[in-house]
Amino acid sequence: MVRINGKEEAAAGKTIAGVLREKGYQAERVAVERNGNIVPKAAFGDVCVEDGDVLEIVGFVGGG
Amino acid sequence: MKLWINGKEADVPWRNLYDAVRSPQDGGYTDQVVILNGYQTRENLPLSENDEIIVIRKGEMPGKDELEQMLRARHTPGVYEKIRHARVAIAGLGGLGSNIAVSLARMGVGHLHLIDFDEVEPSNLNRQQYRLCHLGLPKTEALQKEIAEINPFVCVRTDCVRLTEENAASILQDDMVICEAFDCPEAKAMLVNTVLAECPGKVVVAASGMAGYGSGNTIHTRKVMKNLYLCGDEETPAQPGRGLMAPRVMICAGHQANMVLRVLLGELDE
Repeated sequence: MVRINGKEEAAAGKTIAGVLREKGYQAERVAVERNGNIVPKAAFGDVCVEDGDVLEIVGFVGGG
Repeated sequence: MKLWINGKEADVPWRNLYDAVRSPQDGGYTDQVVILNGYQTRENLPLSENDEIIVIRKGEMPGKDELEQMLRARHTPGVYEKIRHARVAIAGLGGLGSNIAVSLARMGVGHLHLIDFDEVEPSNLNRQQYRLCHLGLPKTEALQKEIAEINPFVCVRTDCVRLTEENAASILQDDMVICEAFDCPEAKAMLVNTVLAECPGKVVVAASGMAGYGSGNTIHTRKVMKNLYLCGDEETPAQPGRGLMAPRVMICAGHQANMVLRVLLGELDE
């Protein structure tokens, strides 16, 4: 299981890009932290989440 | 007893505030403001060793040294000492950034680094800290002038430039805390990603979701990552029919400024 934004989910083996797509996030508008480290956007397609990972995804909406 | 009166040390036999300043019965307080240890009062409060009393004559323009004492007097003791040497960057000087900057300047945060590439135009006036006299000026310059009129003892550095993945780390290298105050979601994500990846130890206070006139109570501050705090309702974008309005934008900017203060004071939320 992978803990995504505080919720346990069966996402092990998926890429970060895959997780973002499934959850409806746009890759250009997020910051992703995996086990306490920021994941560079360029690596979203390569990094696979593993069992026991903790993922924090922050999506930004417009306005300021 | 040793007291500090308008910044000067004095050895006096006083016991209560009315020994130091005229009481209301004697006509005091109509033309003066009295601040005891950062707290404005009209009461005859008891005095203790090393108390700081500031008496401000209304309507008089004080000299520079005296003005600094008077501004300092309203800062909560213990807080100002910790924030006067702090360096805070504000990336984006729109509705969020201009309001954050003014709040931090009023509190006496020592060094503000203002960054924006744009200039002031009429559509900014609905929520941003600018006035008609600033139209056409770079926002960096307009806000610097405004801060100088509010608290001239804040050191302001400006960069009229667009922050990018390439230049952000070097432009922000001297700043301890960075406020993300952009409008566009891609720019928000870019700045947060770049600072968190390339500048270990820096804290980012970002914002997402403050458009419209929904309840102000949905705007909150949350620690979302090791060095990232997020303010806003996290879901309400600006869009046609739902614009950005002063109250919610200022609530969100207030959350950001307060979180910056808390970070500087070491009050790190979990």
